Amino acid sequence: MGFLLECPNCGKRDVYEFRFGGEAHKRPRVNSSSEEWMKYVYMRENVAGVQQEWWFHRLGCHKWFLAIRDTRDNSVSI
Amino acid sequence: MRALFRKEKMWQRHKLKPRYDVVVIGAGVHGLSIAYYLAKNHNITNVAVLDKVYLGGGNSGRNTAIIRANYMTVEGVHFYSESLKLYEELSKELNFNLLFSQIGHLSLAHTDSAVNGLWRRAEVNKALGVNSRVIWPDEIKRLVPALDTSDRPRYPVKAALYHAPGGVIRHDAVVWGYARGVERHGGEVHPRTEVITIDVKDHQVTGVRTDKGEVIRADCVVNATSGWCTTVSKMVGVDLPVVTHPLQACVTEPLKPFLDKVVVSANLHVYVYQTDRGELVMGSEIDPYSSYSQGSTLETLESIVAHALELFPGLRHVRVLRQWGGLCDMTPDYSPILGEVDGLKGFVLDVGWGTYGFKAGPVSGKRIAELIATKRTPDVIRPFRLSRFREDRLVSEKGAAAVSH
Repeated sequence: MGFLLECPNCGKRDVYEFRFGGEAHKRPRVNSSSEEWMKYVYMRENVAGVQQEWWFHRLGCHKWFLAIRDTRDNSVSI
Repeated sequence: MRALFRKEKMWQRHKLKPRYDVVVIGAGVHGLSIAYYLAKNHNITNVAVLDKVYLGGGNSGRNTAIIRANYMTVEGVHFYSESLKLYEELSKELNFNLLFSQIGHLSLAHTDSAVNGLWRRAEVNKALGVNSRVIWPDEIKRLVPALDTSDRPRYPVKAALYHAPGGVIRHDAVVWGYARGVERHGGEVHPRTEVITIDVKDHQVTGVRTDKGEVIRADCVVNATSGWCTTVSKMVGVDLPVVTHPLQACVTEPLKPFLDKVVVSANLHVYVYQTDRGELVMGSEIDPYSSYSQGSTLETLESIVAHALELFPGLRHVRVLRQWGGLCDMTPDYSPILGEVDGLKGFVLDVGWGTYGFKAGPVSGKRIAELIATKRTPDVIRPFRLSRFREDRLVSEKGAAAVSH
């Protein structure tokens, strides 16, 4: 099912106006080990449930923002 | 005559035993073929294949059943062409008609850079003994008369990669055939048995617990799931470079036979073929966001149909009957993750199958079974080990697998 996302500037809009930016995860420090960088670049939580994720309002105001979505049914809580 | 209408159950209902040599999680084409080749090639028959729903209820029943071997990397071509060869013999092997039709597979190019990509694939394929070559609009028109090869479309067809041995197979039959083969060789299939946790002791897998309550002991557990491969791997603390995206496909009402090739356009994000019943099966690119929802969207249907009409303008009055979604475990390099995991004995991965899992079922089953039986990773699957991400040795198939064909 398609769903609506709430852009901080433009309000609720259809998900196809946005570009998905993947799950939110923390960038390691510059001097972190290559193992930590490998995990940052490749490994994903890929949660079947609620996750915080990046979205970009491609066909709107071009704002990058974080949203919280349940990946099982695409219900958005923020 | 009586034998013709015999009522032989293809698989039985079993009680779970307290101990197996190997437990396979996921009873799709991959899980079942692993169990089949374990029993047949290596005489390991104390095997249980568990699935949380019915047999083939995941992506083995949701894919669009296309088989091909015209990949881009040397590793990929070796791997998928072995699978194609196994598929060619599989009806005989399983004594079960899988309705394999090697009708031929066309990957269209609409831009100069896409044509260059086809050249590269054609040359890699030829060097490794896979029948595929670049053909031009006049020959494309002869093979697929209904295809619009004129200058009318926004992206006219410039060339195609013609892969004659490619085709389609009855995907449910592959699942059922393997399941029957597993049972005939002494293994067990357990549908509606969900694995809740996997027990580990001293870096060695010791068994699984299911929603039926019992503890099942096993020294070897195979993760052969799609859609849930991250969930299962998390049970033993193994991180995967996987993001799960839905992929949608649809099917139209039946038409008279007019299309006897699989037609794929990566530029237009669509692929089309006609089934033996006359329906057109059309599929799309993966959805633009990750999700575990198997629902379908109007936007994707519009995209599939609009692009299919660019290729086949004559279909504009045809009605779509069904649309569905399946879950694709996308990896960064569009290649699967196969084999053991560093630091954890007895846990074998057969995951990350993105949009190319069904066509690889037989080869991964055969080779994962060989890995379990001999404790040595076969050469053909070694490039797909999980540690390739740490070693920076990715096997990039994006150019040949990005549109799900």
